[in-house]
Amino acid sequence: MSSPSLDRFRSRLAGAVREEPNPFGDTVFRVEPSGLRDVLRSLRDEHGFDLLLDVTAVDRLELPDSKPRFDVVYILRPSVGSERVRVQCRPPDEDLALETVSDLWKSANWAEREVYDQYGVRFRNHPNLKRILNHKDFVGHPLRKDYDIKKQQWLSEPDDLMDEMRKLRGGAEEEESESVLLNIGPSHPAMHGALRALVDLEGETVRHTVPEIGYLHRGFEKSAEKGTYTHVIPFTDRLNYCSSVMNNIGYCRTIEKMLGIEPTARAQTIRVVLLELGRIMDHLVCVAANLVDVGALTNYWYLFNERERIYDVIEALCGARLTHCYVRIGGLAHDLHAGFEEGVEGILRELPKALGDVERLVARNRIFLDRVVGVGAISAEEAISHGFTGPCLRACGVPNDLRKDEPYYGYDGYDWNVIVGTRGDAYDRIWVRMEEMRESMRIVAQAMKKMPGGPVNVDDKRVSLPPKTEVYGNIEALMNHFMIIMEGIKPPAGECYGSIEAANGELGFFVVSDGTGKPYKVKVRPPCFYVFSAFPRLTEGGMIQDMIATLGSLNIIAGELDR
Amino acid sequence: MGLREIENLSGSGVLTTRLDAVLRWGRRNSLWPLPYGTACCAIEFMAVVASPFDLSRFGAEVVRFSPRQSDLLIVSGTIVHKQAVILRRIYAQMAEPKWVIAMGACASAGAFYDNYCTLQGIDHVIPVDIYIPGCPPRPEAVLHAVTELQRRIDAGVPPRSQRTEGSA
Repeated sequence: MSSPSLDRFRSRLAGAVREEPNPFGDTVFRVEPSGLRDVLRSLRDEHGFDLLLDVTAVDRLELPDSKPRFDVVYILRPSVGSERVRVQCRPPDEDLALETVSDLWKSANWAEREVYDQYGVRFRNHPNLKRILNHKDFVGHPLRKDYDIKKQQWLSEPDDLMDEMRKLRGGAEEEESESVLLNIGPSHPAMHGALRALVDLEGETVRHTVPEIGYLHRGFEKSAEKGTYTHVIPFTDRLNYCSSVMNNIGYCRTIEKMLGIEPTARAQTIRVVLLELGRIMDHLVCVAANLVDVGALTNYWYLFNERERIYDVIEALCGARLTHCYVRIGGLAHDLHAGFEEGVEGILRELPKALGDVERLVARNRIFLDRVVGVGAISAEEAISHGFTGPCLRACGVPNDLRKDEPYYGYDGYDWNVIVGTRGDAYDRIWVRMEEMRESMRIVAQAMKKMPGGPVNVDDKRVSLPPKTEVYGNIEALMNHFMIIMEGIKPPAGECYGSIEAANGELGFFVVSDGTGKPYKVKVRPPCFYVFSAFPRLTEGGMIQDMIATLGSLNIIAGELDR
Repeated sequence: MGLREIENLSGSGVLTTRLDAVLRWGRRNSLWPLPYGTACCAIEFMAVVASPFDLSRFGAEVVRFSPRQSDLLIVSGTIVHKQAVILRRIYAQMAEPKWVIAMGACASAGAFYDNYCTLQGIDHVIPVDIYIPGCPPRPEAVLHAVTELQRRIDAGVPPRSQRTEGSA
């Protein structure tokens, strides 16, 4: 990939960085630990890479080049634009630590905590380097290759979070007269089951918020290393389970990028339809739950009925309502069923009515407006620093959308708009989602109209199962089938990052292949992990009830947040 | 006791029954669930309470997030070790008689998350009355579990919480 700003970067920092060849066309710079901060700062300030998408590490224990053992990966992107850069740095084995960049990007705060938690790489000068996904009594680092996947560790008492709260309250805290501590969640209706926040209240005003996550950390990344590339697909269903099919597509698209294959025209168009239906389903749940949280219960019935309508179509397509598992590497599980088109027509006919009903109920409703306008607002600059993408960033007025910035599956051929807000508050976030559903409907209608014929799976023996008639008829197809099932699809060795615009923002997969049929590492870049990291910033100084309205508008899905 | 007897009341104004029968009738028809939703199954539970499936047809739609106001704990979603300690506490806070439904493969047995962080079934920490298979179960399966529980309450089967080990 060549772009003016990257060329400038290359010529300026030729001494400090070394560009690594990448078999999948990603831009990767290797830096020494001493130069890491300068390189990252230069990329951010002088070359426009202002969005730190993700930080992760690779434990190279079982890879050929295993000294030093850990490779820390920073994935960057401009807030508007499609280029992506990876900066990779290997801390020395004897002192497993790097300088923190959490002062350069707020998103690095949680991301570095996760790397510390999962791999044991420390970050010097990090303000709060403690475990984030695993519990406080956990010993060891589960994503290290020498940690046994089945070694469970019990927790006897939840973390009281007072270590963090004391820091926030400052030295002279303890007996401050007016302040009250309140624990909210994880079993609390507004915390959606798996989130927790400890808040310090003065009257009804939130002074400090300490969020805790990890209540649904169910080991996606470790489990993904245990099966074949195809085995990972059902696990991706359960990341953002409100729109399973989008995760399927994001993952398969990354593996297809590694294999150098492009799905057939028909598969691409079907994927577009499913992506947009997924986006609608996701936004329906988010808006419905958000409105329930602020007391507007009726809307829930209206919106959930439409979700049921989409469930019916998807269920006829793949047999499952929620966890679809319909997409395969190289295409789809099978073609559309007869009646899919009518089903989609039904959705497109009925959904606008439901949206209209909800709009009539809330758009000019004084109670609703008082609860959400100006609540939980964040500026575009801060949102970018926190790593926001998707509707939450667009609500701040930044037209960040991979479907436009890096059009895939022919998104540039459809007539639709990127919806942006102006103030970045809860109201804008709700309304961006409402309008995005309408845009998604436009895309679905156009995609259904132009739906090309042809096969849905690529004709490539490395990935596509031969038809059953062949398998039972000749030895070559039988062997081919056997090899794909038993050994799996084998992308070439190397590291690859691929992403799509999911309902919550940029859903990325950083996959490391060692050339075998099992992924060496699959790291998800979960959009809502970064959105939720801004929760203290969004709630501090507001009222306690605003916290509830704000949380609902962020659409934090625990499966994706904690993985 | 059923609808017919109630209807027969009109006119006479007197009904003779046993106290435990009245209690069972009341409990059966007004289960107040605490939806302990953590993951995907919670989204299906949302569908169970929405109009097309409508849990209120079975008198169990009054969801209460306070354990002290509910008698049916529906654990819908994966319970990881970090969460298990909270689940135990919530369960302990519920008043007797109380019932537990493990909704879905994760709550029942950990599902395919056989790894370092996931509890392999909530019955490692709390007693379970009814297990619902599925990943996630269909809403009909949840309704089936609720009606099965009602049948047991009617038949006077004590909740697992009141049974000692081995008396299944």
